[in-house]
Amino acid sequence: MNMAVEFNTLRAAAPPSVSEAGPASKRTVAGFGFWVYLLSDIVMFSALFATYAVLSHATAGGPGGNLLFRQGGVALETACLLASSYTCGLMSMAANARRRSAFYLGAIVTFALGAVFLGLELREFSDMIARGATPQGSAFLSAFFTLVGCHGLHVAVGLMWLAVMGAQVAVRGFEGAVDRRLLCFSLFWHALDIVWVAVFTFVYLMGVHA
Amino acid sequence: MNLLGNLSWAAIPFDQPIIMGATAFMGLLVAFVLGWITYRRAWPYLWNEWITSVDHKRIGVMYMILGLLMLLRGFSDAIMMRAQQAIAAGGAQGYLPPEHFDQIFSAHGTIMIFFVAMTLVIGLMNYLLPLLLGVRDVAFPTLNSVSFWLTASAVLLTNISLFIGEYSKAGWMGYPPLAELQFSPGVGVDYYLWALQISGIGTLLSGVNFVTTILKLRAPGMGLMRMPVFCWTALASNLLIVAVFPVLTATYAMLLLDRYLGFHFFTIEAGGNPMMYVNLFWIWGHPEVYILVLPAFGVFSEVSATFSGKPMFGYRSMVAASMVICLLSMTVWLHHFFTMGASANINGFFGIMSMVIGIPTGVKIFNWLFTMYGGRVRFTVPVLWTLGFMVTFVLGGLTGVLLAVPPVDWQVHNSVFLIAHFHHVIIPGVLFGIFAGYDYWFPKAFGFKLDEKWGKRAFWCWFIGFHLAFMPLYIAGLDGMTRRMQHYDNLEWQPYLIVAAIGAGIILVGILCQAIQLVVSVRDREHNRDLTGDPWNGRTLEWSTTSPPPAWNFAVLPQVTDKDAFWLAKRHPKAPRRNYRAIELPKNTSLGFVTAFFASIGGFALIWHIWWLALASLLGVFLATLAFAFRKHDEFEVHADELEQFDRDHPAGVAA
Repeated sequence: MNMAVEFNTLRAAAPPSVSEAGPASKRTVAGFGFWVYLLSDIVMFSALFATYAVLSHATAGGPGGNLLFRQGGVALETACLLASSYTCGLMSMAANARRRSAFYLGAIVTFALGAVFLGLELREFSDMIARGATPQGSAFLSAFFTLVGCHGLHVAVGLMWLAVMGAQVAVRGFEGAVDRRLLCFSLFWHALDIVWVAVFTFVYLMGVHA
Repeated sequence: MNLLGNLSWAAIPFDQPIIMGATAFMGLLVAFVLGWITYRRAWPYLWNEWITSVDHKRIGVMYMILGLLMLLRGFSDAIMMRAQQAIAAGGAQGYLPPEHFDQIFSAHGTIMIFFVAMTLVIGLMNYLLPLLLGVRDVAFPTLNSVSFWLTASAVLLTNISLFIGEYSKAGWMGYPPLAELQFSPGVGVDYYLWALQISGIGTLLSGVNFVTTILKLRAPGMGLMRMPVFCWTALASNLLIVAVFPVLTATYAMLLLDRYLGFHFFTIEAGGNPMMYVNLFWIWGHPEVYILVLPAFGVFSEVSATFSGKPMFGYRSMVAASMVICLLSMTVWLHHFFTMGASANINGFFGIMSMVIGIPTGVKIFNWLFTMYGGRVRFTVPVLWTLGFMVTFVLGGLTGVLLAVPPVDWQVHNSVFLIAHFHHVIIPGVLFGIFAGYDYWFPKAFGFKLDEKWGKRAFWCWFIGFHLAFMPLYIAGLDGMTRRMQHYDNLEWQPYLIVAAIGAGIILVGILCQAIQLVVSVRDREHNRDLTGDPWNGRTLEWSTTSPPPAWNFAVLPQVTDKDAFWLAKRHPKAPRRNYRAIELPKNTSLGFVTAFFASIGGFALIWHIWWLALASLLGVFLATLAFAFRKHDEFEVHADELEQFDRDHPAGVAA
C-alpha cells in the first residue's frame, strides 16, 4: 500500500554496499580521522601560502628572496626531509612486521634526518637575522619566517612525537593503540614532506628569480 | 623582570560601577553554585559522571548548558546597547561611556557567534549524531571531551576580561589596523584573540571528530542515502569546519605575531596589508554562517517530518541542496566588503554567487512546506519555532539578496540595515532551530517533556520581540544610521531605536518564559515522564532506545533497511530476536579538563605577558597528554547479561 515499503523490499534483496556494512574498524577510523585532520592542517598552510603570495613583493625597501635565499643549504634540507620520509616508510613496514630492532633503526635514522633538517633551517634563519633580515623588517620577511617557521614547528613537534612513540613501543609493545598512533605519525610525517615540496617550489625556487 | 608580567591592581576597573556590579553579581552566582554543590556533596558525582565523562550525551548536554548560559551574557550586552541607543540621542549621552560601549558590542558579537550559536550547535550535534546514526559514540570520545573543555576555557577567559583588564574595542571581527598594537595597546584584543584561538582548536577537533563519525560509524545497513537529513546537514557543516577554521587560526596567529613580536602582516607600515586580514577573516566568516545554520536546517527537517507524520519531502534534493550550500558558501566571502575597491567584475562575480546560494536554500524551504502539506501537522512547540523560522527567514534572506547587489551594498554598507539583515537570518535560522531542537529532544535527554504552555509563550515573545527589535533598524539603516554608535545627533532615528529597545524587552520576557518553562517542567516531571522512549511518534533511531538512553545507546546495533528506520520498524515489528554480546566502552579521563585548565592559565599568562607561566602551562598540557598516552586500559567491558537485564527493565520502543 505504500510505495516506500515496496522500494524497501526491492532494495533489501540487493547485496549490501560498503557504505551499509556498519561501523568501520578502529584502525580505519583512526587513520581516516587523522587524514581529515591533516587536510585541515594543509588548509592552514594554504592560508599562509596565500598570504606569502600577496606579501612576497612587499619588501619595504629591504632585501627580497633573490638576495637572501641560498640554494645549497635548502637543497640539503630537502634531501634530508625526503630521505627521512623513505626511512619513515621502512620504519612503518618494520612495525607492521613486528620487527622491533628494524623499527628502532628506522626511527632513529628518521629522527636524525629530521633533526638535521631542523638544524639547517635554524641556521638559515639565524644567518638571515644576522644579516639584518629579521621578520620585523618587512611584510615579505614576516610572511617568509611564518610560513617556513610553521613548517619547521611541525617538524619539531613530529620529532617529539617520534621520541614518545619510541618509548611507547618500548613500554607497551606493538599493540592496538600504539599501532594506530604509529600509523598516524607516518601520515603526519609524509604530509610534512608534501608541504615542504610546496615551500621549496613557491618560496625558494620561484623566489630566486624575483 | 616582573614575575606577573603586565598584571597589576590597575587592571581591575574599581572606578566603573556597572562593571564592578556585573562582576559582583557573577561572582556571587558562581560562589552560590559552588557552595551549593559542596553542601550537597556533589563533587564526586560531578567529577565522575560529568567532568571526566567521554560519553557524547553528557558532553552534548554540557555544551548546551554552556551555550544557554552564554546566551544570557550575550543578551545582557544586547539589552544594554539597545537601552543606550534608545536614550543617547541629541544632547543626551546615555549611561555607557564610549570605551565601555565599544567593549560591549565587541563582546556581544564574539559571544553570540562563538560561545552561543557555535556552542549550542555543536552541543546538539554531539548529543544527536551517534543516536541518529545508530551507534554508541562519536569516533574519538576523549578528543570530544578535550574539545568541550577547550571551549569552556575560552568562555572562562572571555568572562575574566570583564573583571581583570578589559575586552576588545575593535568589534567582533577584530579588523586591523584598529586591532593592531599601535591603535589598541590594551589587553582587550589579546583576550579576544587567545580565547578564540583556544576555542578554535576545540571546534576544529569537533569537526574532525564528527566528519569521521558520520562517514565511518553508522549502524549496519545505514548507507549514506539512508541517513536522517540532520546527519547530512551536520556533515556539510563539519566539512566546512574542517575547511575553514584552520584559516581563522592562521589569521589570528598572524595578528598575534604582529601584536606580540612586531611582525608586519596587517600593519599600515613596512608593506603590511590590512585588507589581507579582512579577506582571510571572511573566507572563514562566510562559511561560518552556514556552519551554524545547516545543523539548524537539519533540526527543522526532523521536526517537520515527525510532526507532519510524513517522510521528508524531496530527501534527495535536500541532501543535494545541503552539499551545494557547503560548496557555494566558499565563493561569496567578498560580499562582506564590496567597498574594498575591487574591480566591478570581481564585485559582480561575488554578487551573483551570493544570489545563487539563495537557490538551494529556497529548495529547502519548499521541501519543508511540502513535507507539511497534506500532513496532519501537530502544532507543538518545535513546530511553532519551525513555522516562525520559515516566515521570518525568507524575509531575512530577501534582504540578503538586496545586499548582494554591489551598488545597493555601497549605500547601506556598515549601516544598521546590515545589522537588521544578519540578525534577521541568524536569529530565526540558528537560534529558532536550536530552540526547536531543545524542545524536541529534551524528553530524549532527560526522560520528561518540557511544558507546552510556557514553551508557546516563549515562542510568541521571541517572535514578536524579534520583529519589533529589528524591523525598525532596517528603516534607520536606510536613513543612514551607521552601526556601533554610542551616541547620535539625528533625532529622527530615535523613535526607531525606542521601538527596537521595546522589542529587546519583549525578547527578555521570552527568555524568562523559557527559564520558567524549565523550572515548571522539572517540578512536574513525574506527570510528563516519557516511559516509551518515543514521546512524539518519531521516525529516526534515537527514539528506538530509552529516554534517557543508556551509556551504550543501543545494546544491539539496529539493522537499518531504509530511511526513517524506526518508523519502518514500528510498522513492521519483528519478533525481538536479540543477540546480546559484551561491548567495550571508553573509560572516563580527566585529560580534557586538565588540558583546558592549563589552556586557561596559559592563555591568561600570554595575555598578561607572564612568560614563565605560559611555558609552564604548555609543559603541563604536554605531560597530561603523555600520561594519557601511557594509560594502561582505555576501555571497560559491559557484560551481555547486564545489557539484557537493562533492556528487560526498560522495555522502551521497538527493536529496530
